[in-house]
Amino acid sequence: MADRLLEVKDLSTHFFTHAGVVKAVNGVSFTLDRKETLGIVGESGSGKTVAALSLMRLVPDPPGKVVEGSLMLGTRDLRTISDAEMRGVRGNDIAMIFQDPMTSLNPVVKVGKQIAEAITLHQDKSKSEAWDMAAQLLDRVGIPDAPARVNQYPFEFSGGMRQRAMIAMAISCNPDILIADEPTTALDVTIQAQIIEVIEEMQQRYESGVILITHDLGVVAEIADKVMVMYGGRTVEYGGIDEIFYNPHHPYTWGLLGSLPRLDEVEKVRLTPIKGQPPDLISLPKGCPFAGRCVYVRPECRDQWPELEIVGPEHGVHCWVPEAERREVRAALPHFQAYVT
Amino acid sequence: MPERHQDTSGNQIVEDLTISTVGERDVIDEKYGGARPLGLWADTWRRLRRNKLAIVGLCIIVVFIVVGSAEAIAYLAGGYLAPYDPIKPDYALSPQGLGSPPSLSHPFGTDYLGRDVFSRVLVATRISMLVGVIAVAIALCIGLVLGPVSGYYGGWVDSVIMRTADVFFAFPFILFVLLLLTVLPPGFGSVFIAIGILSWATYARLNRGSVLSVKTMEYIEAARAQGASDLRIIFRHVLPNTMAPVYVAIAMGIGGAITTEAALAFLGLGVQPPDASWGKMISDNLTYLAAGSWWMLAFPSFFLIVTVFGFISFGNGLRDATDPKLKE
Repeated sequence: MADRLLEVKDLSTHFFTHAGVVKAVNGVSFTLDRKETLGIVGESGSGKTVAALSLMRLVPDPPGKVVEGSLMLGTRDLRTISDAEMRGVRGNDIAMIFQDPMTSLNPVVKVGKQIAEAITLHQDKSKSEAWDMAAQLLDRVGIPDAPARVNQYPFEFSGGMRQRAMIAMAISCNPDILIADEPTTALDVTIQAQIIEVIEEMQQRYESGVILITHDLGVVAEIADKVMVMYGGRTVEYGGIDEIFYNPHHPYTWGLLGSLPRLDEVEKVRLTPIKGQPPDLISLPKGCPFAGRCVYVRPECRDQWPELEIVGPEHGVHCWVPEAERREVRAALPHFQAYVT
Repeated sequence: MPERHQDTSGNQIVEDLTISTVGERDVIDEKYGGARPLGLWADTWRRLRRNKLAIVGLCIIVVFIVVGSAEAIAYLAGGYLAPYDPIKPDYALSPQGLGSPPSLSHPFGTDYLGRDVFSRVLVATRISMLVGVIAVAIALCIGLVLGPVSGYYGGWVDSVIMRTADVFFAFPFILFVLLLLTVLPPGFGSVFIAIGILSWATYARLNRGSVLSVKTMEYIEAARAQGASDLRIIFRHVLPNTMAPVYVAIAMGIGGAITTEAALAFLGLGVQPPDASWGKMISDNLTYLAAGSWWMLAFPSFFLIVTVFGFISFGNGLRDATDPKLKE
């Protein structure tokens, strides 16, 4: 196995609220290697962000709690190390880029100071050294005239520049793992591409593993090496990027791909939305959470969560629909016509 | 590398990107009619400036602080700023023990011991300023630690601190101060300690409210994700973002502390003779009003009223200027 950074097994995170137990993440497993990008996709409320926050141990407790699983960062289990040790991991080993750059910088602290602070927290650097590094980092993420920019406040930065500054802050301590939680959702489309490019560039430079959380399959297609598709707090399918895009096995993945516009479409094809609403995480159905919306639903879907079925190298799916039928259905779906030869 | 200038959303800002010195920035300011976004303080000042009453208050505060500090410096150097000795009686200037009315050499007159009222008012300015500033500083030291801690941690920590604050609110303030002053050693220092200790709850509660809203902001989570400790997050990231209402409370609080001191001095507590404070002068000289010696009472009262008015009108103006809901 290549240089393994992170191994998550059977992660379950629940929120104990007055209304009931919200089962946000249920038995999710994944791994991350050096220089690898894992895309976690799924719609709102599918548990993507909670899974990432569990890694950082930033799930608000109470009411949230990681109830099961092991989170191995190298040889350390992030679930059991002390709070002080965890603070050393945050920012230094695992860094995070947040969704909304407009609100994730402290408005009353100079941008350079915020980056310098991240540096001095984990590295034995003097204030002026950290300040110089902050300027270098800003320059590296593509902010022009960085030495002057470090002296400015966040309100003097545009959205895209703030997200660049957030990336600079995240990479300031050369983390092994970079978690990007919907880093482009709050930005407009032209800026999105740039930010993705910067993340990719930084990943190559620092040889980090990246976990990219998004509901934008376009972004995933661009930079992910492998993809985990989440639904109702569970992994429904995971696999290499090509496997997920060209040989998807789960009806939910089909649905996601079907609702994506294609640029290479010759004829006009209507997008196929997935009908219905995601399940209530407090009262999850006993079986597959997607059963209620699935077109290919079978009686057993409602009773039991299907075991993992390995359908290819590094490609697994949780689905009751038999492989033979899946192949047939996939071949018949309009949006896969292009792939079937 | 992506095309860097695409990064900005606006058209003019593209040029803004290349600003490297303050000088150039001024040029841009001129070019676009100063359309650059204003910082919080610049914006507040701009709106405060239009409020005439607040500016009058600010001027009063500045004069008060300058005079008080000058007097304090003179006092530390072993003398007085005042033209006459404010302590030593001069019975020649107090015929029949009723003082002498304002004259050219004693513009505020002299009191029943023949001391220059103007000189004593100056000494009182120093003492009132010290009471106001130090009492509020003590209150802030307690309130701005307990408030943020209470709001940030929540749970039982919050309950304990806030119920304690409730206890402090529940007692009548002056009564509580009197109670504390009987415990503390007599003297001037006890006054600001007592006022300070008893008014922390206002600042703690005020700040806790803002902390509750700021702690849910994403940049707080981002700071946590960087590995910052709780204390660092509270005092570096949360507290500075919750200060605007506190500044208003400080301005009001200093005015309040000065009146409280005056009330205490009137009751004979705090400043001991022969030192002077405005309240003390009012209390000492009240009996001579019936005999027609109005100046002994009028001048200290006037200064007390004007100063407290200054702090309160400035505080009011500051509140209006920092309130986003009142923005035009």
